[in-house]
Amino acid sequence: MSALLDIDGLDLRLDGGTRLLRGVSLRVEAGRIVGLVGESGAGKTMVSRCVLGIAPANARVAGGAIRFDGRDITHVPEDERRHLLGRDIGFIPQNPMTALNPVARIEPQVTDVLRMHLGLTREAARARALELLAEVHLREPQRVLRQYPHELSGGMRQRVLIAAAFACRPRLVIADEPTTALDVTVQKQILRLIRELQARFGTAILFVTHDFGVVAKLCDSVAVMHGGRVLETAPTASLLTQPRHPYTRALLAATPRFDRPAETLQPIPAALTRELADEVRELDAALP
Amino acid sequence: MKRLAREPRVVFGAVVLLALVVAAAAAPWLAPHDPLEQDLLNAFQAPAWKGGDPTHLLGTDSLGRDILSRLVYGARPALVVAFVAALCAGLLGTALGLAAGYFGGRADAAISRLVDVWMSFPSVLLCIVLAAVLGAGLHTVIIAIIVIDWTRFCRVVRAETLVQKGQDYVASALAIGLAPARIVAAEILPNVAPLLLTLFTLEMGIAIVVEAILSFVGLSVASGAPTWGGLIQEGRLYVNQAWWLMALPMACIIIAVLGLNALGDGLRSVLDPVRTR
Repeated sequence: MSALLDIDGLDLRLDGGTRLLRGVSLRVEAGRIVGLVGESGAGKTMVSRCVLGIAPANARVAGGAIRFDGRDITHVPEDERRHLLGRDIGFIPQNPMTALNPVARIEPQVTDVLRMHLGLTREAARARALELLAEVHLREPQRVLRQYPHELSGGMRQRVLIAAAFACRPRLVIADEPTTALDVTVQKQILRLIRELQARFGTAILFVTHDFGVVAKLCDSVAVMHGGRVLETAPTASLLTQPRHPYTRALLAATPRFDRPAETLQPIPAALTRELADEVRELDAALP
Repeated sequence: MKRLAREPRVVFGAVVLLALVVAAAAAPWLAPHDPLEQDLLNAFQAPAWKGGDPTHLLGTDSLGRDILSRLVYGARPALVVAFVAALCAGLLGTALGLAAGYFGGRADAAISRLVDVWMSFPSVLLCIVLAAVLGAGLHTVIIAIIVIDWTRFCRVVRAETLVQKGQDYVASALAIGLAPARIVAAEILPNVAPLLLTLFTLEMGIAIVVEAILSFVGLSVASGAPTWGGLIQEGRLYVNQAWWLMALPMACIIIAVLGLNALGDGLRSVLDPVRTR
């Protein structure tokens, strides 16, 4: 069976020639949750932005392909891409504090996507938005619709954004570190909510994170990224118990765990970082 | 609204603006005399507070025309110019600034270079050339201000659009598939609006000064009709005998511009959603 999202050898470069992504390959099967893990700067967010077609203006895809549902969407024209985004591909952004328009009420920020893709009238969209907000367990949805983003807490805003992401029942949701900007107690609720919606609607999720704890709880399989490359892809259980790549092992050793004292935490060895950097340099030299 | 009423700059500016609007709209009823009516026997009357005739509260000029009436009527061209010129310059500059800031690339390069070149022309010279081509009159003043000052809006709006474009909420809007025109109009423009309001009121002040300058050199409405700049120019000749002829219209200009600037500044600090939180 072909994957719902199939990223194949994706190369992303800045106009100056700097490589951001080096042959990234990644598959997300329908209805599965795939984690994308790595340090800051590994290229996780770039991958998600490429799928959404909102990569930085000075970066361009130099090679490889992104296929959604068997269709190449790497270089699809903007107006065709717009039909896909929001309807078939949802997006949960990293920072709920800045991802809502500060001068607009919540209502249009939830209903825009409904009116645009499902052609609902203002009234129908409002009624639907109320159901959606109830679905993400926001209390007093009527009140929330009339409020401005700064009147809501971070957790509430993230729920609003999740409601908007799942509004059109997309087949794929891209979640870019959706819990990083939230505090720990809220993180757990948000993860549970994403899991619940995913199970109910059979949505596939590409879950970008740097948190192995989240991966262990949520994901069916994981890809580990470093330096714009995918180093290892494996089902979650086997990656956590038998990591093959030395970098994955180092990353796991650097992750706090409740069953190990904090002193056993290991920073990623400098030698390994150097080795990886050398590999990348050789790789870049070999390619045009 | 409550916050607006508590901001002293806004209150002061609003009062000045209201006074201007009332003076301009109700000039025929407010003015005690016809501003053009000459009375050569009563020329150079001192203002009432200096022991002049109380029927001419602020005295009369060299032709015996009532100064107060002329000042009240002078608010008309000042306000028309301020409003129309600032509005048109704002519309033009904002449209180009949004396009340059949002679309970037070639559109940005073209518009930004145009602004650079435009701003390198000496503006007074440009005014005079325009006046020579179009002939003196209120429309010339308005067109001159639009032609010169749209760049002010364009620059500021472009810079702010660039800032807003980098914000996450724009990425979210893109990610639900909204069209660029929609994003500019519904997402970015409202976030630029407080800035625009400030610029608009500042520009109204600038327009009043420019109108005064142009009527001072006789490029505005036909001579005889009262404008503040024209009054200053007439008063200049008699500054040794009757200083108030020049000082009173200057005071009108200063108060009007100060008021508009205070209004703009006050509005910005009240309306800025980040600052008020």
